Amino acid sequence: MSDLRSLYQEVILDHNKNPRNFRVMEDADRSLEGYNPLCGDRYVIYVRMDGDTIEDVSFTGSGCAISKASASVMSALVKKKTKEEALRLFSQFHDLVTGHGVGGNEEGLGKMAVFAGVSEFPARVKCASLAWHTLKAVLERQTTAVSTE
Amino acid sequence: MKHPMAAAAREGLHVNKIRADFPILARTVHGKTLAYLDNAATSQKPSSVISAIETFYTTMNSNIHRGVHSLSEEATGAYEKSRDLVRRFIGAESTREIIFVRGTTEAINLVASSFVQPSVKAGDEILITGLEHHSNIVPWQLVCGRTGAVLRVVPITDEGEVLLEEFASRLTPKTKFVAVAHVSNALGTVNPIQAMVTLARERGIPVLVDGAQAVPHLPVNVRELGADFYAFSGHKMYGPTGVGVLYGREELLSTMTPYQGGGDMIKSVSFEKTVYNDLPHRFEAGTPNIGGVIGLGEAIRYLSSLDWRAVEEHEADLVAYCTTMLSAMPGVRIIGTAREKAGVVSFVVEGIHPHDIGTILDQEGIAVRTGHHCAQPVMERFGIPATVRASFAVYNTREEVDRLGKGLRKVKEVFG
Repeated sequence: MSDLRSLYQEVILDHNKNPRNFRVMEDADRSLEGYNPLCGDRYVIYVRMDGDTIEDVSFTGSGCAISKASASVMSALVKKKTKEEALRLFSQFHDLVTGHGVGGNEEGLGKMAVFAGVSEFPARVKCASLAWHTLKAVLERQTTAVSTE
Repeated sequence: MKHPMAAAAREGLHVNKIRADFPILARTVHGKTLAYLDNAATSQKPSSVISAIETFYTTMNSNIHRGVHSLSEEATGAYEKSRDLVRRFIGAESTREIIFVRGTTEAINLVASSFVQPSVKAGDEILITGLEHHSNIVPWQLVCGRTGAVLRVVPITDEGEVLLEEFASRLTPKTKFVAVAHVSNALGTVNPIQAMVTLARERGIPVLVDGAQAVPHLPVNVRELGADFYAFSGHKMYGPTGVGVLYGREELLSTMTPYQGGGDMIKSVSFEKTVYNDLPHRFEAGTPNIGGVIGLGEAIRYLSSLDWRAVEEHEADLVAYCTTMLSAMPGVRIIGTAREKAGVVSFVVEGIHPHDIGTILDQEGIAVRTGHHCAQPVMERFGIPATVRASFAVYNTREEVDRLGKGLRKVKEVFG
């Protein structure tokens, strides 16, 4: 049970049940679909920019608890951040879930830290990073849907 | 249906003895004994199959059909012996009708390229059903894309069944080929395959049957069935990966152009003219998976040593036991409730994604498949992205089904 609790932490279960910023954004500047063909996770990430700052971010879609909670936590973390800051968070998150470079130093990761357990479950890394990859693509103005396959 | 296995003594199934034949079943996963319920993806292999492959590589490894030395003669003999074992296993008339391929997917692609594509034109129809695996959809879409033929689909019911009248009504003068699964990999539905083949053949329409999920569970006799083509994989019937079989009626195979060109499929080659080899070698270009074919032959020997009727009864009992258990669990919905099912129980749990269920079950040592099972149109039909699929083999037990139930209670615990 302890291994499972490291993956399915209360914060993750809560974000899965009550996802934040879970809505269509009518006045979004940009939106993009992210899809994980392995398990069928599918989300659309919406962003409204103010210059270089993410004024608002939201998402819709469905998928497993890990993918949905990750999208929810991400939306809370990157709101009002600059593009550069958001991309830095992406790198931190990526290192965290793939088990690279964090080395037990989870301070400064904030809410993101609850996803540290994902690195013990390699099959679930794609679930956790789907929303983040999609956000990165949105910020870099890609127009083709993101697939984590 | 008469089956070579019917010859085995009728003495019931000794599951514990069978389990001892499969070394992998003794391993643990996350500290718990493995409960392998993912047999529709691939079955485990008995020791006899593993050692047959080892014996090939340690005692007679060489290339076949060309050497005059002893090793090559022995390897050729073992390879061709497997072909005859396959022939007897599915009741084919001649070994010329047994073509070794990489698996069901390659068998279907071979028929699509060498038989269907040259014989259809724009406006002709190819008929499949709504429960097909991607490998019995995409090859036909490729043919349609190249020829202008049209892919037609027989819809499935809410139970996951194909109704014969729906099937019959779509057999029109435009229908030039039918490709249909014997057993659905995602739902477990056993199609009324005999009636479907008869309906098509009566109208002169050739039929391919995707038997990947049928051969491990049901007796198959291609001559009684009357199918023109029957495809299956070795690895789902206790044999190795990378080897499968295409059965084709000789009358049709002998008219078909080769699928791939290369060694072994020719009699003579010059820059002006190449003479193709006889059946079945014409369709086996290049050095085949010799060790795999020998392993497949051993898997057939293993299956044939079991009391086949007891195998069917045992697997039917596991499906029924699992269905009853899941039906009693709140929030669980079984996907695919056909009257005739084989080996598979697919389900979803309200509010919990199959992928999360799969991870938690894995922590309990239980291997199930979660996802769309390469049958996305089936998922679409039921309005779900994915299912959890428990699929059974001869070595599974009621106790393992109980562990699945216990694992699902843990899933609900985690998700509150």
